[in-house]
Amino acid sequence: MDVLFFLEVLIGGLLSGTMYSLVALGFVLIFKASGVFNFAQGTMVLFAALTFVRLVEMGWNFWLSIAVTFAAMIALAFAVERLVLRPLVNQPLIILFMATIGLTFFLEGFTQTIWDSNVHRLDLGIKDTPWDIRGMLVSQFDVFAAVAAGTMVATLAVFFNKTRIGRALRAVADDHQAAQSVGISLQHIWVIVWAAAGLVALVAGLLWGARLGVQFSITIVALKALPVLILGGFTSVPGAIIGGLIIGASEKLAEVYIGPFVGGAIENWFPYMLAMVFLLFRPQGLFGEKIIERV
Amino acid sequence: MERLRKIGDVVLKMEGISLAFGGVKALADVSFEVRAHEILAIIGPNGAGKSSMLNVINGFYRPQQGSITFHGRTRKQMEPHEAATQGIARTFQNIALFKGMSTLDNIMTGRNTMMKRNLLWQALYYGPALKEEIEHRAACERIIDFLEIEAIRRAPVGKLPYGLQKRVELGRALAAEPTLLLLDEPMAGMNLEEKQDMCRFILDVNDEFGTTIVLIEHDMGVVMDISDRVVVLDYGRKIAEGTPDAVRANQTVIDAYLGVAH
Repeated sequence: MDVLFFLEVLIGGLLSGTMYSLVALGFVLIFKASGVFNFAQGTMVLFAALTFVRLVEMGWNFWLSIAVTFAAMIALAFAVERLVLRPLVNQPLIILFMATIGLTFFLEGFTQTIWDSNVHRLDLGIKDTPWDIRGMLVSQFDVFAAVAAGTMVATLAVFFNKTRIGRALRAVADDHQAAQSVGISLQHIWVIVWAAAGLVALVAGLLWGARLGVQFSITIVALKALPVLILGGFTSVPGAIIGGLIIGASEKLAEVYIGPFVGGAIENWFPYMLAMVFLLFRPQGLFGEKIIERV
Repeated sequence: MERLRKIGDVVLKMEGISLAFGGVKALADVSFEVRAHEILAIIGPNGAGKSSMLNVINGFYRPQQGSITFHGRTRKQMEPHEAATQGIARTFQNIALFKGMSTLDNIMTGRNTMMKRNLLWQALYYGPALKEEIEHRAACERIIDFLEIEAIRRAPVGKLPYGLQKRVELGRALAAEPTLLLLDEPMAGMNLEEKQDMCRFILDVNDEFGTTIVLIEHDMGVVMDISDRVVVLDYGRKIAEGTPDAVRANQTVIDAYLGVAH
């Protein structure tokens, strides 16, 4: 086996895995704070990317467009809290989950009504020419994306594990009433979390948009986050990044080394199979909170 | 029993509280007062409206009628968040802890309203936010010492036995340094030894911190031993109020508990 080639595939896989992590991170944030799988995360990625790209096309400055898009994501967080979550306080989780499905349909229509449904090119100004490191080809864009995702994950991990707001967030996820009794404002926490998930969606939207073009199919990227979440655990920020790395590396390696024996094109389903095997042995994921039940 | 703190002025005044869920009247025109540093017990048969009353005090329920005067301010109803910042802490009948979190983190959430550093500093986890975190951690360690739960500091509370969970929940309430502590059946489901420990903690809290305590309890022995005054509810109405001895001798109370021949 050619070691150099193996390393090249591995590194390429790991780097593209960070892009999955980024999408998964958005799910983790909202899941941690409300115990709800946010079905609308993929649509939020589309909304952010499309808003940004249209602003740039209208001739706005790059950074101004980012700031305005982020402001739009914060506005979305306020709107979701006020119109969707607040009326549903203390309802069973399945109802909140259904509400996020409704939100998905609304946001899909809303996004494409105010903007459009065409494919847009998004240029972040990062060259996608590979670096040649001792004969290995490493994508410059992937390295940039990995650094962006890594920074984001590190910041959020510390924030949510070590600070008052992080604790408040986990408290809200565990028990609404108890959280209120210690003076945690549910509204406050939800807005913070949805805004953070919006920020993650924005970064993911920019990176994926630059790679695939900004178009409706970006929402499908969210599906790739599922095996990442199952591997990493729905409640773990570091889990999202490790899960992403494992999925990214394993799908590329599987494609190259197992693919030829079974007719190829296994990259698309391999992560899901890996997730299924994981579910059999460790349903809470690698880093998820243990499921504790006293009987 | 001699107590260190002298009972002071009225801190909480509930006037004409009525609360209904649809056609069910949970509370009907209930009035009583709570004085500083006292231990007030609310007793009554099942479904008498005791827990509803606690929920009204800390703002979970909004009464249709009546007023709540706390520390001189009169309002129609409390907001849970406001109650917490005004110094009202509570525990729950069915333990409501954050089960996936450690004992220490649970108690730290109790200090939520006292931590002031903003989002930005916390995001950086540096400077004032870190210093604040350490100060509050020290306060929580004192509570952990006080409740003698050092050994389970790091354990996820979902794994702890029932009696210890109750103690952690008390710790979380104490962490807020409340002036008024509401305890909803703090001894439910405990064995004799656990009950004695809990009684001791409640009396110590009252003595050492001067905390005013309103508690709901079914164990009459406990109620008679530790409370200064007792309010008796039955079918949402107040039927008696007074010292434990007076209440015990009250014929209406005896009828409510034992039933009366018609």
